[in-house]
Amino acid sequence: MVLQAIAFYLLAATTLVAGLAVISARNPVHSVLFLITAFFSAAGLFVLLGAEFLAMILVVVYVGAVAVLFLFVVMMLDVDFVALRQGFARYLPIGALVAGVLTVEMVVVAIKVATQGAAGKSTGPAAPYAGVTNIEAIGRVLYTDYVYFFQTAGLVLLVAMIGAIVLTLKHRESVKRQDIGAQVARTPAAGMRIVSIRSGEGLDE
Amino acid sequence: MRATDFWATPLGWGLITFGQIMAVLVWLLISEAFFLLADRKIWAGVQMRKGPNVVGPFGLLQSFADLIKFVLKELVVPSGADKFIFLLAPVISFTLAFGAWAVIPLAPGWVVSNINVGILYLFAISSLGVYGIIMGGWASNSKYPVLGSLRSAAQMVSYEVSIGFVIITVILLSGSLNLVTIVEKQGGGFWNWNILGGGGWKNLPVALVMIPMSVVFFISALAETNRPPFDLPDAESELVAGYQVEYSSTPFLLFMIAELCSILLMCAMISLLFFGGWQAPFPTPFLASWPATAVSFFGFMWFFMKLCFLFFLFAMVKAIVPRYRYDQLMRLGWKVFLPLSIASVVLIGAWRVFGPGG
Repeated sequence: MVLQAIAFYLLAATTLVAGLAVISARNPVHSVLFLITAFFSAAGLFVLLGAEFLAMILVVVYVGAVAVLFLFVVMMLDVDFVALRQGFARYLPIGALVAGVLTVEMVVVAIKVATQGAAGKSTGPAAPYAGVTNIEAIGRVLYTDYVYFFQTAGLVLLVAMIGAIVLTLKHRESVKRQDIGAQVARTPAAGMRIVSIRSGEGLDE
Repeated sequence: MRATDFWATPLGWGLITFGQIMAVLVWLLISEAFFLLADRKIWAGVQMRKGPNVVGPFGLLQSFADLIKFVLKELVVPSGADKFIFLLAPVISFTLAFGAWAVIPLAPGWVVSNINVGILYLFAISSLGVYGIIMGGWASNSKYPVLGSLRSAAQMVSYEVSIGFVIITVILLSGSLNLVTIVEKQGGGFWNWNILGGGGWKNLPVALVMIPMSVVFFISALAETNRPPFDLPDAESELVAGYQVEYSSTPFLLFMIAELCSILLMCAMISLLFFGGWQAPFPTPFLASWPATAVSFFGFMWFFMKLCFLFFLFAMVKAIVPRYRYDQLMRLGWKVFLPLSIASVVLIGAWRVFGPGG
């Protein structure tokens, strides 16, 4: 338990400090790197909770794919951060309001969890699959009770993906495209012609 | 206080874990020195050269000489570079490449951390490998490194997708995400290895899917580790040395070691997922009467032999295949491997439900 407590405070402190640094770093690339640190320590917190599947998925999806694209875009953009900071005072009240609402919500949830346990007043059984790993438990629930929600989520993602492709796809007739099949299927008979040329006569096209 | 009690305390547990980590680390670093030499020797052999043969007998100490040379060189940080990230990038590459070995079962009972989601952990860590390259390229404040790191980001993200789907086919066959369980299920002879269906003769039709999948995994592993023929991030004829241009001395050495370490990791992954890891290619009922340590060493021998064989394949590919063009690389990843691997996930899933094993 001592090691777990040390690990928890270390990871929680890292998450908070990295989260603060995301919004206070001057360089956008540094912000993204701090965001990655925050994701990573959040994954560590998930492991401490025994939700190792969620932790790994968080790392694979957010750190391994989403944040790479963030970093990719931020590196390519020439962002003038002094200009971006000019509206800081103007947006401060709205930002403070959002932060306040979030804090109140988190405190309310935390009090509920502390007094009534994580399951709250829900009537369902708290741990229906005792004795199996949490991957198995998630899989069983996801593909039985919540299969329609799961399918819907997949469909939404598919539509978003196709939409992004359609928006950026341009068919330009002038561009020459490589046809691998045609290249492989080319034979010496189709590709070249052997002629014998007499000296001094040349070849007429 | 008895000795067994001490190992159960936090301090004892910490000490024993630290010892295990050091054992794996030292084994890896020493064998890497010789794998690097083997890589150069094989490359030289294909081109009918002798390769490194001056330092020590047959050049065996060449890698150690290189190590000393790199460490003693001056460290140059380019002006205008983001110094902190510039120095952090190789450290991150190195840490991630070695951290992934925590879940690799080297032999029966020889694994630093036997976690339930071992294979996902490996996938997660290998998908982070791109950060060292991106950070190094960006922090160098130079054109070639940035171009190299952008290429590498696109390349590694693309091939990760098909690696993920190939891993899912193996998970479907084994029914577990724990690497130890995956290897244990492949015991009892080479016909139980996942590459041949992972379930004896009655699962043999699955080999029609799994053999191509192991080839897809092998080629994606080449792309994921930026090995030739997919070494576009450090293509020396176009980008000098890609993201490594501005690096010198120890940071450069760290990048090189990390690259080699992730190549070995990919070899280890292929051997665990498809070739039965530490399992011998024949039934081993005689092991039951052996002491546990001898069984572990016997298993480790097979694992190491598979590792060497796969590394030999990596080295041969480097020697005989010319570099891909960038659009060909992207075409191969997205238009060939991705549909192939998705189709195999569907096929294997159908086999598990409707096949004789289901």
